[in-house]
Amino acid sequence: MSVLKWSAAQVAEKVINNEELIILDVRNADAFEDWKIDGRKFEYLNIPYFELLDGVEDILPEIPTDKDVLVVCAKEGSSMMVAEMLSEAGRTVAYLAGGMKTWSEYLEPIKVGDLTGGGELYQFVRLGKGCLSYMVISGGEAAIIDAVRFTDAFTSFADDKNVKIKYVFDTHLHADHISGGRHIAAATGATYYLPPKDAEEVVFDYAPLIDGTTVQIGASQIDVGAIYSPGHTIGSTSFVVDNKYLLTGDILFIDSIGRPDLAGLAENWVGDLRETLYKRYRELSDELIVLPAHFMIIDELNGDGTVAKRLGRLFAENHGLNIEDAVNFRSIVTDHLPPQPNAYQEIRQVNMGKLTPAQDEQTEMEIGPNRCAVR
Amino acid sequence: MSIKVDFQLDAKGFSCPMPIVKTKKMMAELVDGQILEVLATDKGSKADLTAWAETVGHQYIGTVEEENVLKHYIRKCSNDMLDEKTFEHTIELEQVTKREGLILDAREEVEFAFGHIEGAKSIPMGELEARLSELDKEQEIYVICRTGKRSDLAAQRLSAHGFARVYNVLPGMTSWKGTLIKNI
Repeated sequence: MSVLKWSAAQVAEKVINNEELIILDVRNADAFEDWKIDGRKFEYLNIPYFELLDGVEDILPEIPTDKDVLVVCAKEGSSMMVAEMLSEAGRTVAYLAGGMKTWSEYLEPIKVGDLTGGGELYQFVRLGKGCLSYMVISGGEAAIIDAVRFTDAFTSFADDKNVKIKYVFDTHLHADHISGGRHIAAATGATYYLPPKDAEEVVFDYAPLIDGTTVQIGASQIDVGAIYSPGHTIGSTSFVVDNKYLLTGDILFIDSIGRPDLAGLAENWVGDLRETLYKRYRELSDELIVLPAHFMIIDELNGDGTVAKRLGRLFAENHGLNIEDAVNFRSIVTDHLPPQPNAYQEIRQVNMGKLTPAQDEQTEMEIGPNRCAVR
Repeated sequence: MSIKVDFQLDAKGFSCPMPIVKTKKMMAELVDGQILEVLATDKGSKADLTAWAETVGHQYIGTVEEENVLKHYIRKCSNDMLDEKTFEHTIELEQVTKREGLILDAREEVEFAFGHIEGAKSIPMGELEARLSELDKEQEIYVICRTGKRSDLAAQRLSAHGFARVYNVLPGMTSWKGTLIKNI
């Protein structure tokens, strides 16, 4: 039987379309436990490849013959070996090209909606890591918000759309992934904006992103307006795009809220977080569509693969927006935090421009699940 | 530092799964108790070798990194679990540091290097008979190893050579909760 090679894009399609898939993950139990390819209808088998060196006969009964089977490992080599062994045993299976490394890097651009005067808003969903980036397009120009480090994905998308990247923003200094923002700006001549309160230690030039900063994109003048909304970091800033979308960065997610501790100042910032979520955001229109910078679980994806929900619904349904008691809120967001993201301190240094690791070191730093939220 | 091993496997430049595949093949050539040093550049090899060794029952001793090369140390164990401890004079692990005598560590040099009790002297089992002159017959000697098996043998041999104040330490280093001195 043959061995199929699937790209990350093919797997992404299965995730978004809620298709069934059997994943045979041949990484270590620890690595699998830490993070895996999430799909609503995926089933999993975790059998490390080194337990299969003498043959796959023992596991054949566990592997269905009536469903697609994808073998996954860290980089590809082991999954290819196991897939070939299964093939020799008469099964047709696929392996994931590039393994979890490639999965962690894959970006799926999905259109969120149309903007006034023919503009468009795209969400770049990084399924493997839970990062969400945005591109606003209008009248031949583009702005990018919270770009991840795979800058080609954005610049080639802009080329395809025949638009010039004019503005690049980071809502805050990221701690869970390496920003591509200033590199895109450098390559395209765009202006790179960062909140000055998060940027005290950065070693490069940037334009200050503060409350009230507004840019217009294209002749049709789509407004991108900044709202100071601290709490995840002291500089965290949100955007209202075209009076219709609220880009919340790492402050507010669909099913959770931001954590205040990744710069080591949870106690100081918890008050800001409360103020942003319980006062500033409540002064905005309920009709705004919230577009966060992350998702944590696959259930946060809409049917079309986007991660977006009306602000009014979040006020009703998001647990983190419904903690009446301020003391209780403080305890929840400071005492019950999940583990911090892998290498978050080093990642902050990279985003400040203080560290310049090689590509494979960057991959290593970003390994593992996203952990920016408090649920 | 260079450390005494029985076999060396160079898996530098190979990516997963090859370091483990080659290690498995190589281990088949070793006899029980021998040490294999695996050189690898694949960062994932550490976690995988550790887990693989546990799965098949070999003893993963440790890993050091030198100039981007990982050096893994594994000791072959296939029937280590059978223990027939026969030496009659034994002493409990927690007693040894409270007494005056010599702690004699009978494990291999690399196992000793990855962690031993402060003040212990290293003489691997296989070198014992050649190095008897380093030991004092008047002194109490507490022989220790990983599980108590090698030390049992070592204690028997010492006794046969006229060492009268010899004790086998039970259990062995696997149960040691105190400080570990490393010299690797």
